[in-house]
Amino acid sequence: MSALEVVGTSKIFNQGTAKQVDALVDVNLTVKPGEFVSLIGPSGCGKSTLLRLIANLLEPTSGSVSVNKKTAAQARLDQDYGMAFQQAGLFDWRTVSKNIELPLELKGWDKDKREARAKEMLELVKLPEFADLYPWQLSGGMQQRIAIARALAAHPQLLLMDEPFGALDEMTREYMQGELLRICGETSTTVVFVTHSIPEAVYLSNRVVVMSPRPGRITSVIDVDLGSKRNEDTRAADGFFRSITAVREALRGTHAEHAAANAIRGVEDR
Amino acid sequence: MLMRRIAYRSSMFVLAIASVIALWEGYKILGPQEGGKLFGVSILPRANSTAMPHVWDMLSRYNRPEVRGSETKIWSVVLSGTLFSLRLSLVGFFLGTTIGVGLAVLMSRFRVVQRGLLPYLVMSQTVPLIALAPLVVSWGGKLEIGSFVWPRWLSASILGTFLAFFPIAVGTLRGLASAPAAAVELMDSYAASWKQTLIKLRFPAAVPFMVPAFKLGASGAVVGVVVAEISTGLKGGIGRLIIEYAREATGDPAKVFTAVFGAAALGITMSGLVALSDVLLMRNRPKETSA
Repeated sequence: MSALEVVGTSKIFNQGTAKQVDALVDVNLTVKPGEFVSLIGPSGCGKSTLLRLIANLLEPTSGSVSVNKKTAAQARLDQDYGMAFQQAGLFDWRTVSKNIELPLELKGWDKDKREARAKEMLELVKLPEFADLYPWQLSGGMQQRIAIARALAAHPQLLLMDEPFGALDEMTREYMQGELLRICGETSTTVVFVTHSIPEAVYLSNRVVVMSPRPGRITSVIDVDLGSKRNEDTRAADGFFRSITAVREALRGTHAEHAAANAIRGVEDR
Repeated sequence: MLMRRIAYRSSMFVLAIASVIALWEGYKILGPQEGGKLFGVSILPRANSTAMPHVWDMLSRYNRPEVRGSETKIWSVVLSGTLFSLRLSLVGFFLGTTIGVGLAVLMSRFRVVQRGLLPYLVMSQTVPLIALAPLVVSWGGKLEIGSFVWPRWLSASILGTFLAFFPIAVGTLRGLASAPAAAVELMDSYAASWKQTLIKLRFPAAVPFMVPAFKLGASGAVVGVVVAEISTGLKGGIGRLIIEYAREATGDPAKVFTAVFGAAALGITMSGLVALSDVLLMRNRPKETSA
C-alpha cells in the first residue's frame, strides 16, 4: 500500500522548441502512508514541478502519478490532498475562520459543519482565539499556521507543502517545524515537503529526496533515522548531524557533477 | 475611527468650498471690471457683476421665482431638474455597470474576446458624445419591441452608459486579473470551477480596482446625461436648465449659476453614493490598500 506513487515520470516544458526545458526526467518515488518525505535540491532541480505534478496542477509529459491508488486528476477532484505554499495565501477579505472554511465551502458542506470543523482546526493549530480576526492582523507565522489548518480542513490523507516556512524568521521557523510534526502526528497525515534547508529537511523527514538540475532528477534518497518522537533535543542529537552531513554530501555530489558538466560545455553556471 | 474619518472629510469639504468663495469674491475686488488683456489677448475674466455675480446674489436667487410673476421658486425648479437628471444618471450608471462588469468577465474568461474587443472599446471612447447623441435618439425612436416604447429620456441615459461602462470594464478587467497566481493555483488545487474561482477569489480580489472604476463611471454617467440633455434638448433635466438660464445671463446673471450648482450637486451625489460603497466594501481590508 502506498499513499503516493510516481512512476517513470517526466515533465518537459516547450517540447521541441528552442526553449525546451527538461524540468524532470524519469522520476520514480513511492511514499508510504504516514511518511514524511522532503524534496531538496538547488534551484531548477524540479522539486516544485514534481510537487505540482503530484497535485495535478501540471500534467506529466510521460509516466504516471497516482495518489491513494487513483490518478492524480481524480485525487484532485476528490480533494485527497491539501496544499500549502511559501506565501500563506490567505484571502484578505475573509476572516481566519472563513479562510479555513474555504475548501469545505467549495465541497458544498453546510454552514454548521463547516464552522465546527474550522473551530476544530483552529484548536489543532492552537489559535482558537483568532477565529474572527482578518489574516492581515496576524503575524507571518500565525498566517502560515492558518494556511496549514486550511490545507488540512477537509482531513486529507496527503499534505503537499512548497517551502511553507521559507519566508519566516529562524526562530518562528523552528517552532513551526515542531508544530507541523505534532499536527501530522496527531492526524497521521502523509507529507511531501519541498525545502531549501538541509536541517529543516532532516528534522522533519523520514526520508530526504535529493534532486539535481538539468535535467531535473532524483540523485539519491537518504533515510533519516531519528525515530518518530522528535523534539528540540533532536536538533542536538548525533544522528541529526550525521544525516545533515549525508544530505549535504549528496547535494555536493550533484553540485560537483553539475559544475563538471558545465565546464565541459564551456558555459558559466548562471 | 469611521466617525472621525467622516468628520475630517466633511470639514475638508467645507474648507474647500470656503476657499473657492474667498477666491471668487477676492477676484471680484481685485480683478479688472471689464476684463484684462495680456499681450493683446483678453485673458483675465471680467470682474463685473454681469459676468461674476456675488455669491450671496446666486444663493438668494434660489428663493426668488423662476420667471417674473411666477409662483414657483427657482430652488424647486432646480431641485426637480437635478433629481430628474439624477434618475437618468442612475439608470445610465446601472446599465454601464452591468455592461462593463459583464464585458470584463467575458474578457477575463476568454483571452480571444479580450484581444478582439478591447481595442474597439478604447476606440469607442474617442467618438465625440455630441455626435452620438442625435444618433442614439433617432435609433431609439425607431426601436419597437412589442409594447415597449423607447422613452426619450432613455437616450440620455444610454449616453451616460456609454461614458460609464468603459472605465468600469477596464478597471474590473484589471481587478479580475489581479488575483495572485498562487491564489489561483490554490483554487485549482481544490478543483474549484471557473465560476467558483470567479465568485470566491477573482471578484473579491477585484474590489480595490473596481471601486475607483465605479467612481469614474459614476461621473461619466453624469457627464453623459447632462451633455445628452443639452444636445438633444431633452426637457426636465438640469442640462436643459443650464442652457435655458444661460440665455438670460445678461439680464439675470445669477440665474444660470443656480443650475450650475445643481449640476455640481448631482455629480457630488453620484460620487458620494460610490464613496459610500467604498467605505462599506473596504472596511475589513488591510488599511494600506484602502488609503
